[in-house]
Amino acid sequence: MLKISSNMAKLTLKRLSAEEEFPDLSQHNNHMAKFLTLDIYKKLRERATPNGFTIDGVIQTGVDNPGHPFIMTVGCVAGDEETYEVFKELLDPVIEDRHGGYKPSDKHKTDLNPSNLKGGDDLDSNYVLSSRVRTGRSVRGFCLPPHCSRGERRAVEKLSIEALASLSGDLKGKYYALKNMTEAEQQQLIDDHFLFDKPVSPLLLASGMGRDWPDARGIWHNDNKTFLVWVNEEDHLRVISMQKGGNMKEVFDRFCTGLTKIETLFKERNHAFMWNEHLGYVLTCPSNLGTGLRAGVHVKLPNMSKHAKFEEVLKKLRLQKRGTGGVDTAAVGGVFDISNADRLGFSEVELVQMVVDGVKLLVEMEKKLEKGQSIDDIMPAQK
Amino acid sequence: MPFGNTHNNFKLNYKVEEEYPDLSKHNNHMAKVLTKELYGKLRDKQTPNGFTLDDVIQTGVDNPGHPFIMTVGCVAGDEESYEVFKDLLDPIISDRHNGYKATDKHKTDLNFENLKGGDDLDPAYVLSSRVRTGRSIKGFTLPPHSSRGERRGIEKLSVEALTSLDGEFKGKYYPLKSMTDAEQEQLINDHFLFDKPVSPLLTCAGMARDWPDGRGIWHNDSKTFLVWVNEEDHLRVISMQQGGNMREVFRRFCVGLQKIEEIFKKHNHGFMWNEHLGYILTCPSNLGTGLRGGVHVKLPKLSTHPKFDEILTRLRLQKRGTGGVDTASVGGVFDISNADRLGSSEVAQVQLVVDGVKLMVEMEKKLEKGEAIDSMIPAQK
Repeated sequence: MLKISSNMAKLTLKRLSAEEEFPDLSQHNNHMAKFLTLDIYKKLRERATPNGFTIDGVIQTGVDNPGHPFIMTVGCVAGDEETYEVFKELLDPVIEDRHGGYKPSDKHKTDLNPSNLKGGDDLDSNYVLSSRVRTGRSVRGFCLPPHCSRGERRAVEKLSIEALASLSGDLKGKYYALKNMTEAEQQQLIDDHFLFDKPVSPLLLASGMGRDWPDARGIWHNDNKTFLVWVNEEDHLRVISMQKGGNMKEVFDRFCTGLTKIETLFKERNHAFMWNEHLGYVLTCPSNLGTGLRAGVHVKLPNMSKHAKFEEVLKKLRLQKRGTGGVDTAAVGGVFDISNADRLGFSEVELVQMVVDGVKLLVEMEKKLEKGQSIDDIMPAQK
Repeated sequence: MPFGNTHNNFKLNYKVEEEYPDLSKHNNHMAKVLTKELYGKLRDKQTPNGFTLDDVIQTGVDNPGHPFIMTVGCVAGDEESYEVFKDLLDPIISDRHNGYKATDKHKTDLNFENLKGGDDLDPAYVLSSRVRTGRSIKGFTLPPHSSRGERRGIEKLSVEALTSLDGEFKGKYYPLKSMTDAEQEQLINDHFLFDKPVSPLLTCAGMARDWPDGRGIWHNDSKTFLVWVNEEDHLRVISMQQGGNMREVFRRFCVGLQKIEEIFKKHNHGFMWNEHLGYILTCPSNLGTGLRGGVHVKLPKLSTHPKFDEILTRLRLQKRGTGGVDTASVGGVFDISNADRLGSSEVAQVQLVVDGVKLMVEMEKKLEKGEAIDSMIPAQK
């Protein structure tokens, strides 16, 4: 007899048997397809979260997008905070596989105290062109983008506007709602590289995140254009701190200060951010759990990137490379986007420290290679 | 869709104003009719299969429309949608189908012998003839809402029904997910292959979920009768051939459809039909006959005549490019088909095409000889 906990609702939809409904995952290569067996599906289809999110809602994006032979997509999303509890039989193994063996009993540490970061203000700006830190936040009490209604999304927007409007000093800024942006505002936001558009990726559309576009979506940024918040795109909030040059410390400082201020404002309105001591910050995609943090630089490494041990060095430093157009783009002119590979199981300070220390080392290596010197003696140990 | 709206009752905690969609930029049938008051009235309703008002309208909310083309902006998720949400759908049906009233009765006539003529459209002008319709299978929900199990059930029933056909209807089923490269190539060359929908009108309504599971194409050996399974409707049935013998195309269409319907009925899964709406399909624009009977016809002179559009309107016909809806015509060749779907029978609609095309070809011949066509302009049908 299935015990229905207070976190679950009984599902009453008329459907056929589990065997008849089980998706065909034979062509699939994503985390969800690796772990969703018929037995797990049979068990989980009897449940729904208190907000009515079902296993089919969790997995639809992974069913519709078989994946890529080289890129392992996650293939599942959360529709609300309770998803991670109600569907843990599927999501725990997915999380473990995606986050370096993170166990259901592990605890995640949050550290948004920027003074704990050592150094980071002196990355050589001849090589480090820009620095950026981003994360996501979910507002407790609302369903997540795959499942939220228009009313919920608008409420998230309203709360966000209130909270952001009360920021001051170098964080003072303005909100631009996507649906009534002027042509001039739109052009400016495009030129600043701030504007986000309706998702075209089938990974996002298949999970329902494009519904009702552009209702209740918008962009807020401070007057200095160094702190930016996206509202209701792939997560309730995406928070970005960025600037030219190599002063990652200042970027991280502003990031932590701004985030902490915003969190306080939300808490005051009885809508804290979704967080727990096992998963850290709860976000739509399981790949973003923990810190949800990607800290990175655009850095010139034309010699280093051609070195036979480049990939190995990145791996040891727990970093990943991308082209400067973002994930899946190619590097242009030897300039790479280098960022932390981890999200869960390390704190924010730890991850940014890895980027700061790692990029410092990579730049040293680049300089040595420029002078025709070997870098064998400065190869790092596995972090 | 089975997700996003499974918490309909929780949305009721938000006020109507908070949940009512912003339709200020919208130009589709749904946006014309759905006031805030109507939204408030219908939002707590569900069909027995759990299809909600937000499910009906999602495609119309996500696709504001086009200034020149009036899209429908709503879909049915099951047979009951047309009843449960009649306060929204009846006015849309009336607006789309020439004032069709909630009390009107629709006549079905698939007796091809009732068609007069149609076997002698001049093949020097009429390059090909085609009739298509859709059918929904009773007891299953429709493509915006169906689960994988239901879709597979529909496929299984369809394959059984189609593979039991013989004579001129003997054929083969090609499931999309296990097609060989050679089969795919052949189906593309025959212009039979349908692909995963890319139109946001369809994808926003959830019709592409689980693609290509449960989808496939069946056609007879002579390639003149074709059935699509689980694309925009449960079944899309197409009869076609080169040349102007529309009568033969329609005969094969009616005979094949009726054979298929009998087999489904034997399995206690007849087609969805009622005397008010005729055949029930996913999109309200296809109710009634769901029939589009048309030809590809060369009308280089008539199509540039100032009265071309007026003639089409009077004949109750519409033009499209030869690539289908919204394409441009190439080399003066047009796709000419019936404009109506609901309120007149299959025979009546195909008759309009046959008579109308015959007249237009005569007009084209007159214009070729430099003669006037003023005396031939028809009255409004």
